Amino acid sequence: MEKDLGREITEIRECYRNGNTKPIAWRRSQLQALRSFLLDYEIQIFRALNLDLGKHYVEAFRDEVGILKKSVNLALKDLKRWSASTKAKLPAIALLSYAELVPEPLGLILVISSWNFPLGLSLEPLIGAIAAGNAVVLKPSEMSPACSSLLANTLPKYLDNQAIKVIEGGPAVGQQLLQQKWDKIFFTGSAKVGRMVMSEAAKNLTPVTLELGGKCPAVLDSLSWSWDKEVAVKRIVGAKYGSCAGQACISIDYVLVEKSFSSTVVELMKAMIRTMYGDNPKESHSVARIINKHHFLRLKNLLTDQKVKDCIVYGGSTDEDSLYIEPTILVDPPLESAIMAEEIFGPLLPIITLDKIEDSIEFINSRPKPLAIYAFTKDEVLRKRMVSETSSGSVVFNDAIIQFAADTLPFGGIGESGFGKYHGKFSFDTFTHYKAVARRSFFTDFWYRFPPWNNHKLELLEDTYGFDYFGLLLVILGLKRSRKTFHVN
Amino acid sequence: MPIVSAALFKHPTTTRCFRSTSIVGVGLLRTFTYRHTYKINQVSFSNSIPSSYYCCATLSTTMEEVKPAFDTDEAAVLVNRLRKTFNSGKTKSYEWRISQLESISKMVDEKEKQIIKALHEDLSKPELEAYLSEILMVKSSCTLALKELKQWMMPKKAETSLATYPSSAEIVSEPLGVVLVISTWNYPFSLSLEPVIGAIAAGNAVVLKPSEIAPATSSLLSRLLGEYMDQSAIIVVEGAVAETSALLEQKWDKIFFTGGARVGRIVMAAAAKNLTPVTLELGGKCPAIVDSNVNLQIASRRIVAGKWVCNNGQACIGVDYIITTKEFAPKLIEALVSVVEEIFGKDPMESKERSRIINSFHFLRLVNLLDEDKVSNKIVYGGQRDGSQLQIAPTILLDVPEDSLIMQEEIFGPLLPIMTVERLEDGFAMINRKPKPLAAYLFSDDEHIKREFVQNVYAGGMAINDTILQVTVTSLPFGGVGESGMGSYHGKFSFDAFSHKKAVLYRSFAGDSPTRYPPYTPGKQKQIKALLSGNIFKIILALLGWFKD
Repeated sequence: MEKDLGREITEIRECYRNGNTKPIAWRRSQLQALRSFLLDYEIQIFRALNLDLGKHYVEAFRDEVGILKKSVNLALKDLKRWSASTKAKLPAIALLSYAELVPEPLGLILVISSWNFPLGLSLEPLIGAIAAGNAVVLKPSEMSPACSSLLANTLPKYLDNQAIKVIEGGPAVGQQLLQQKWDKIFFTGSAKVGRMVMSEAAKNLTPVTLELGGKCPAVLDSLSWSWDKEVAVKRIVGAKYGSCAGQACISIDYVLVEKSFSSTVVELMKAMIRTMYGDNPKESHSVARIINKHHFLRLKNLLTDQKVKDCIVYGGSTDEDSLYIEPTILVDPPLESAIMAEEIFGPLLPIITLDKIEDSIEFINSRPKPLAIYAFTKDEVLRKRMVSETSSGSVVFNDAIIQFAADTLPFGGIGESGFGKYHGKFSFDTFTHYKAVARRSFFTDFWYRFPPWNNHKLELLEDTYGFDYFGLLLVILGLKRSRKTFHVN
Repeated sequence: MPIVSAALFKHPTTTRCFRSTSIVGVGLLRTFTYRHTYKINQVSFSNSIPSSYYCCATLSTTMEEVKPAFDTDEAAVLVNRLRKTFNSGKTKSYEWRISQLESISKMVDEKEKQIIKALHEDLSKPELEAYLSEILMVKSSCTLALKELKQWMMPKKAETSLATYPSSAEIVSEPLGVVLVISTWNYPFSLSLEPVIGAIAAGNAVVLKPSEIAPATSSLLSRLLGEYMDQSAIIVVEGAVAETSALLEQKWDKIFFTGGARVGRIVMAAAAKNLTPVTLELGGKCPAIVDSNVNLQIASRRIVAGKWVCNNGQACIGVDYIITTKEFAPKLIEALVSVVEEIFGKDPMESKERSRIINSFHFLRLVNLLDEDKVSNKIVYGGQRDGSQLQIAPTILLDVPEDSLIMQEEIFGPLLPIMTVERLEDGFAMINRKPKPLAAYLFSDDEHIKREFVQNVYAGGMAINDTILQVTVTSLPFGGVGESGMGSYHGKFSFDAFSHKKAVLYRSFAGDSPTRYPPYTPGKQKQIKALLSGNIFKIILALLGWFKD
C-alpha cells in the first residue's frame, strides 16, 4: 500500500510539474466536469448521505449539493478574473516601472475532509484548489463510507485522473499521506488531529489551513415582539437540529439567555420542534442520525451525569439501534460538566441563563475562541459590543449557519477553531501564491542607489522614500541644504 | 537565512549558561549578568548585552553553571502579563496603536546615530547602507502605517447574495492577541521592527526576540523599546537558544519568524502544539538570469547592488547565483568586475563600503564553500579573505558543478557563481529543479522571455531588470513559497499578517421564508434550488409552485 501511495503521488507531482493543471482551459474543464458530476449523481449522493447520516434529501441539497453547485458556478464565472494578474501601485523610486501580483498555483494539495458534510467539505476545497490550478489528492473521511466510496468510484469518471485523485482510508492511510511532501494541506476536522497535521506539515514547511470547530454560542436577547421571538427560535431550532443533527462545526452549541426569558424560550422551542419535526421526530426523517456508535455513546455519556440529566426539559431519549438521539433541550447544566466543556456535536442544546444578556460577552471571552458567534438581538449597542469585544471566526446577527452560503465572506476560524479561510474567492486565494513581480526598463536609473556613498545620495534617497518629489528636484539641482553628516567610524 | 542560529539549534547541548565571575550592575531591577558560551566549530565570539532580560555571549572559558536568565516559567509569566493587557482591550484602540507607532518613529529619529553605531559594531555596515536599508525602511513603514491605519482598520463591506437576503455583511479586522516576533541578524534592526510595526498596527501585544548573533543591535533594541514603547504590551526578550525555546513553549496567537528553514521547521512544529498560525520568512538561493540583449552597464550595476551592496551578500533576497549563456558569460564578468572596482576600488578588500561577515562561524562556512575541491579552481575574480577582519573579497566563480556545496546551499555572502546554459530557457529548468527561492531576477529586453519567466519560474517574488526593488514596494506582499517560507508582509500586508478577518453577517427578523426549515417537501427543494441559483425569476416561479428543474 505504502509503495503504491508513493508512486501515485509521484505521478501526480509529475503531472503538475509538466504544467498540465495550470492552463485556464484545464481548470475550467475540471470545474465543468465537477458540475456534471453533481447533476448526474444527485440521486446517488442523496442516497449516500442518507446511508451515512440519515440526512433528508432536502437537507442534503440545502447543505451540500446546492451549496456546491452554487460554488462551482461562481468559480466558473469568476475564474478568469481571479486568475488574472493585478497591478500594484508604485512609489517614486520605481519611476517608469510597474508592478503586479501574479497568482500562481501552489502545487500538490492534500485535502483531508470530514464526515459530517462528507460531500460539501470534500468538494468545496477541491473547487478552490482546481480553480487555482493545483493537482489534488482528496482523502474523504472513512467514517462516512458510502460518500467516501461514491467519491472514490465516481469522481475519476469525470475528472483528470492524472492530476486529481481520491484516496480512501482511515487513520493509517491519513498518516501515510501526511508523510509525503505537499505544497499545502487543507484539513477539516478536530483540533486534536489538526495539531498532528500541522506537526507533520512543519517537517516539510508545508502551509496548512485548519478548519476546526469549537463551542459556538447563540446569544438570544429578550426580544419583545412575538414575531421576532418566533423567527429567532425557529432559526435556532432549525440550525441546531436541522443541520446534520447538530453535527456541524458551525452548529449552535449552546444558547445564552436572560434568566427571566428562559421559560418563554423553552416553551417556544418545544413548540417549534413539534412544528418542524412532529410529535415523533424520529419518524419525520427530518433529523439526521448520529454518525456512528462511538459518537452515539459519547453523546449519550454527556447526559449520564445525574446533575446534567436533571436539567433536561425536553427530549433526551436515545435509540442505539438506529443511532438516533432525540432533539434535546437542557436548562443550566453545570458549567464544569462535560457537556459545557467539550464541543457537543450532536442534537443536545444546553440553555445557559444569565442575569443580564450583556454578561454573555464575558461568558464567551472566558472560553476558547469559537468558529462562529450567533446573536439574536435588535439592540444596536449590544451588536457593536459583540463585534468589537468578542473574538471568533465569524459573527452572525439574527440568524445561524447561513454564513456558510455567503461567498463574499471568508469562512474560517481563529485560535482553537483553526486558521486560514475559504469560500468564494477566498478558496482560490487559499490555494494560490501571489507572486510579487516588479518590472523595470533600462531607461531610467537612479545613480544614487549605489555606492560609493555620500550624503548627497542619502538625501536623494530619503526624498524618494518619502515621496517628496519637490525635495528630490531641489536636491538634484543642488538647491537643498545638507541636513546631516555621519561620523561613525 | 542566518545559519548560525540554525547551528545552535542543532547542538543544543553545546549551549549552556554560566555565571561570570564579575557581576555587571546596570541599575535595572532584574539585572543579572550571565555569560553564554557557544562552541561552534571551535569558534566563539563575545559581547555583553545589557537588558532587563539578561544574557551575554562571551569568549571567556566556562564557569559555574546556573539557571538560564529567562526560562519557561518566566516566559509564562511574561505572556500572562501581556495577555492581561490584551484582554483589557488597551491595544485594540486606534489611539494606542497610533501612539505606539509614533513612538517608534520618534525613537528612530532620535536614536539614529546609536542605531547606525550598533549596526556598525555588529556588521561593519556602511553607514549610508545602514541608513537606507534599515532606518529609512522602518521610518517609511511607520509613516505609511500612521497614514493608512484608519483605512486599514475600517470594516470592509461585503456584498451579500440572494441566498441570505435580506442581509448586510462586512469583514472586520481584529487583532490576533499576543504575538511573538523572532527576528534575525542580517538586517537586525529593520527585520525586527517591520513585523513589530505590523503587529502594533493590527492591535496586538508583542514580544520581540532579536537575534543574539547581532548582539549590539539586540541590546540596543531592548533598551530603546524599553524606553519608548508601552511596557505593558511591547517587550523585548534577548537571548539565544534557551530563551527562544522557553518562548516557543508558550501559547501565542501568532508567531512571526525570520530566519533559516531549519529553525523555521522547529518554530512551526512548536506552533502546532497550540494551533498557532505562523508566518515564516526564510531564504533560498535567489537566481538572476541575464540575457545577452541587455544594457550591460546598468544590468551589472543592479546586480552588484543586489549582491555586495546588500549587506555584502548576507541578505535573503540578495542575488545568490547568475545564469547566463555560454557566449555572454565573459562579457558579463568583465562588466561586473568593472562595476565592482568602480564602486569598491581596485582593491575591494580595503573598501569600507561593504559589510563584514557577521562572525567567524559564517566566515569559515563561506571559506569552506570556496575551498571545496571542484570549486576552488573556478574562481575568476576575487577569492581573497582576511579572517581577522572577517572579510572576503567580492568573488565571482564560473561554472561550478551543480552538485557542489556552493550551488546546493544558500550562499549568504559575497560569493557569486555564474552558471552557463545553452539557451536561457534551460535556466528556468535549473531554477525549478531547486527549492522555490524567495526571489528570482531576470535581466532581458525580450518580451517573450519575460513572459515565459513570470509564467514558468516559481518564486516568492520577482523583479525584472532589477534586483531588491520589489521589497521597497509597499503595495507588493513580501514573502516566500515552499522552502522560502509562508505568509507575507510589508505595507498593508503586515497589518493583515497580524489580523484575523472576521466575517460579520447582519440579518433582520423580517423576510423569513419557511423554505429552509423542516418539514421538508419536494416543493421546498425546488425553492432552495432557485434561491441558490440566484435567479430571481426562478425564485418567483418556485414560490408560486411553478418551477420545474
